[in-house]
Amino acid sequence: MAHAETHDPNTPLEYRSEIGRLNILGFWIFLGAEIALFATLFATYMVLTHRIADGPALGELFEVKSLLIQTFLLLTSSFTCGLAVHEMRRHNVKGLITWMAVTLGLGLGFLYFEIQEFLHFIHEGANIGTSAAWSGFFVLVGTHGAHVTFGIFWVTMVLIQVAKRGLTPATSAKVFITSLYWHFLDVVWIFIFTAVYLMGMVTHHG
Amino acid sequence: MANKTAANEHHGFPWKHLIGFVLSIVLTLFALWIALETDLSLTWILIIIFGFAFLQAALQLLMFMHVTENSTKSNLTSRVQIGNILFAAFVAIVIVIGSVWVMTAGHAKHDKDQHAPKTENHENHGSHGGGSEHDSGEHGSHE
Repeated sequence: MAHAETHDPNTPLEYRSEIGRLNILGFWIFLGAEIALFATLFATYMVLTHRIADGPALGELFEVKSLLIQTFLLLTSSFTCGLAVHEMRRHNVKGLITWMAVTLGLGLGFLYFEIQEFLHFIHEGANIGTSAAWSGFFVLVGTHGAHVTFGIFWVTMVLIQVAKRGLTPATSAKVFITSLYWHFLDVVWIFIFTAVYLMGMVTHHG
Repeated sequence: MANKTAANEHHGFPWKHLIGFVLSIVLTLFALWIALETDLSLTWILIIIFGFAFLQAALQLLMFMHVTENSTKSNLTSRVQIGNILFAAFVAIVIVIGSVWVMTAGHAKHDKDQHAPKTENHENHGSHGGGSEHDSGEHGSHE
């Protein structure tokens, strides 16, 4: 324990400081808690999904086109986020910032289409108070959207730090942690795609 | 750069990311196709699309999030990471399946009563809602 640490030159920068390693490990544990949070929202939604009262059925208003646009934007943003970390590990600050900027753009695009979709649902007479099913829908999908919104601000601020201070063990750990967060949002969306949209459309059409 | 040792995956072309990306798109489209374009039973559709969802989550964790990556020479941190995520997934599955089970089993009889066909007030104009295919009236017209 007391020995000075020697690093393989291939050790990524974000793992070179004790605090960086601990923060990354801690963030994985936080993601475990996030999984539990979203699980409760999914459970609520799935229990209430047929409780539509006098409002429209969920699957009735879902549209494949809007769903696919949102899904592709988020999947692609997860990919470009991965490329950003890849560039970071090659010590290419410009590549990191460029790919992260693309990621943010795709995230904003996702939010734009999600908000459009929400407005469309509300226009069609399905808002958060219409029925238990729609309450479950807006709380679950809205919580995910709020996470994306938060992620956009967070990544932006970390990028400002990288631009100002360069790549250090501290800033690279922050970038790495935001990348974990962003990929996690994509994982949650995969389950929203499946459990909310696909299931809703299948049970409605079939 | 002094890294001739160990062809590190972080140098060169990011194949791992590209493969993960392509697979995630393919799985998404395939799940959509299974759900909307096939005539499988609802049970099979659900099994397949949820199988794909978990597969894709695993893909993200392995290809993009480097969940197996260990920060030090010991494997301890990666084991803690993987164990933690697996435990969280277990908790998530128990919460969701458990809730659905408890809440639907108890209400099964109630639902049956509620969805029993209403015989009174039967009007004969077909509402184009698209939901009611249980009416067995429309068998005459083949086009």
